[in-house]
Amino acid sequence: MLQVQPENLRGAANIFSAAGKNPLAAMFGADETLRGGGLAIYCLFYNAEKRDMDILKAEFSADGDLSYPSLTPILPAAAWYERELHDMFGFIPREHPDLRPLVLHETFPEDFHPLLKKYPVDYQVRGSRKYEMLTSAGEGLYEVPVGPIHAGIIEPGHFRFSQAGEAMLQLDAKLFYTHRGIEKAVEGKTPFEALPLVERICGACSVANTLSFCQAVEKLSEADVPRKAWLIRTLAAEMERLYNHVGDTGNVCAGVGFSPVISMGSRLKEYLMQLNEMLAGNRFLRGLIVPGGVNCDVDENCLEEIDEVLRELEKEYRDIVHIMWEQNNFVNRIRTTGIIRQNTAFELAMVGVGARASGSVRDSRKDIGFGIYDELDFAVVTETAGDVEARIKVRVGEVYESIKLIKQLISKLRKEPEGSLCVDLGMLRTLEGSWGISESARGDNLHWLMLDEEGRIDRLFVRSASYPNWPALTLAVQGDIIPDFPLINKSFELCYACLDR
Amino acid sequence: MLKMIEAILAKRIVTENISFSGHKRMRGQLQCLNNCDGCGNCSAVCPVQAITIQDGKPAVDYKKCIFCGRCVETCIQGALQHSNKDVMGNVLTETQIQIGEMITAKLGRSLHVRHLDAGSCNACDFEMGALSNPIYDLHRFGIAFVASPRHADMLMVTGVVTRNLEQALRMTYEAMPEPKLVMACGACACGGATYGATYAVCGSAADIVPVDIAVPGCPPRPSSMIAAMCAAADILAERL
Ligand code: SF4
Ligand code: SF4
Repeated sequence: MLQVQPENLRGAANIFSAAGKNPLAAMFGADETLRGGGLAIYCLFYNAEKRDMDILKAEFSADGDLSYPSLTPILPAAAWYERELHDMFGFIPREHPDLRPLVLHETFPEDFHPLLKKYPVDYQVRGSRKYEMLTSAGEGLYEVPVGPIHAGIIEPGHFRFSQAGEAMLQLDAKLFYTHRGIEKAVEGKTPFEALPLVERICGACSVANTLSFCQAVEKLSEADVPRKAWLIRTLAAEMERLYNHVGDTGNVCAGVGFSPVISMGSRLKEYLMQLNEMLAGNRFLRGLIVPGGVNCDVDENCLEEIDEVLRELEKEYRDIVHIMWEQNNFVNRIRTTGIIRQNTAFELAMVGVGARASGSVRDSRKDIGFGIYDELDFAVVTETAGDVEARIKVRVGEVYESIKLIKQLISKLRKEPEGSLCVDLGMLRTLEGSWGISESARGDNLHWLMLDEEGRIDRLFVRSASYPNWPALTLAVQGDIIPDFPLINKSFELCYACLDR
Repeated sequence: MLKMIEAILAKRIVTENISFSGHKRMRGQLQCLNNCDGCGNCSAVCPVQAITIQDGKPAVDYKKCIFCGRCVETCIQGALQHSNKDVMGNVLTETQIQIGEMITAKLGRSLHVRHLDAGSCNACDFEMGALSNPIYDLHRFGIAFVASPRHADMLMVTGVVTRNLEQALRMTYEAMPEPKLVMACGACACGGATYGATYAVCGSAADIVPVDIAVPGCPPRPSSMIAAMCAAADILAERL
């Protein structure tokens, strides 16, 4: 970790990013005043070569000036992080091109920064801050407001389209409607107490969030997680990717009203949800992964059942994919729609399917190699076109890779001798920053954790996979027609809950 | 095109009867056996304070319970256990509603539902989405999701109510025509205790709008949601 003066943060970040080779993976603040420090900004850079994160820290005196030169002009990926730093701590990134609120909407006062330690967790204060939407004006241009409550069963977000006829000229997304203050809510809790909250940051990324959090905790301990636990965890992680991707393959067709495939995809997803319940006792695989290992074993019956369902599922899934590609009017809609070019993907430090459909090979299972992924044989699926079709192709390819991985895990679990499933982590190191990463269905999910002197959570920062990809969505739609928005949106399939926390 | 028709015909009907019991590992309703000595360990460990000790035995508030299993793990007597049954099923059998009869009774009636995510983790929403898959096929009960509150008989709320969505919840409720029902779906909307009290949360759905029916679970399984919606159709019929 390198600590610099706030004035030098931009320069140091420029060096750390190595001309884009090591993308900005997270940027967040921390209030360290309770233990004699000041306010701090941390930047994490994803270093695939070292299989590690490079960490940069700038410390500010709490009662002094909280301004510093914004990173956004040189690292566009910092744009939303800095808006969040402004909301949550009151930092002022100078020369930031767009310092509107992000997390806290109109009912909060301007000067309330909830993550400062001086505010208790349940501090309720009302105000009226401004949240203006970005729009384009000119002759013949008009705005289309959509949301936060949508027509279907989807999470809440407000989209403001600036239209030139049918074409979307500009899109501004107002998100964070489901902001529940989880990062503040876990402060003062032990990692064990915080776990049910972490599992409930997001439903569809429940395993990914839990796995990242548990790894961050385990890095603060001397103990090693048993191999068998890692096999079961990895099984759960791939099951999560599988049910998400299978469901999303059907769901993207909802963007064009292609009903047979929506229905087939949702049926296959349901079979996987039922397997989840068998595996973990919960259809979203909650309650399985705990710091130190896993909570319950998988027996032969369980493995047999998974094996059987997947065999049938793979066959049917291939049929669905065949049906999709054979439908020319569908392919027509998805090809060249919602393009993200490769350099945009790099500049925004995009992750997951979104990035890999635009030529990036970023996949934390390979790059960081957490858990036992190094032992497993799988390919990182990539495409270069960056359109809706490319994202569907990556997702389809990943379904087959996940099935391949699950088969390997089943045979490894069969050979694995009986043994402990969970290790006692003992005393955890305190006042030491720690991170954990996992690859959710939407890309890498990163947690940062620091414990206070008593072993209680001092700071947890959750950077879900959707965080870096949301700004990309607003760029992808530019120039396409507004009826394509649902399609483009679904091709990214981003979470709101994960982002909003 | 042929492949598509072939695939649809090959599967025939995949719709299943709804069932209130899951896999044997499922963490459903809690049962307390006789060897419980009322020590209260379960109550102390519960992350959402859903357990109180009453007359020497744990009483569970299913509006808050997130079915995490901590109380069961903590019980040294082994007296507390999860059954693999939905709590919702229990509520309905208590009122002597047999599923078969209930479904027949519901045919010929309809319920139009508007969903509102007031700050959920999205698992409740995904399960609600699953209701339209061919296995649960919600339409067979005469229930449909509609695009606008102005077309809805019932508002189905998921999630704790966040500060950023409080106004949206109020406005959506006001936009609905009378008679209207509100269902709180899942522990967050029913109990509002999932994340504790924070600066960003207003509470449960009932703190903002009148709630008529609550569905326990985190998330409630699709069968529970269907059962609750059928029960809601009954309540609505009474009010008409
Ligand atoms: S299962 Fe329910 S009652 Fe038991 S500890 Fe968890 S939330 Fe509390
Ligand atoms: S009740 Fe559970 S599943 Fe539903 S929104 Fe709340 S945390 Fe998520």
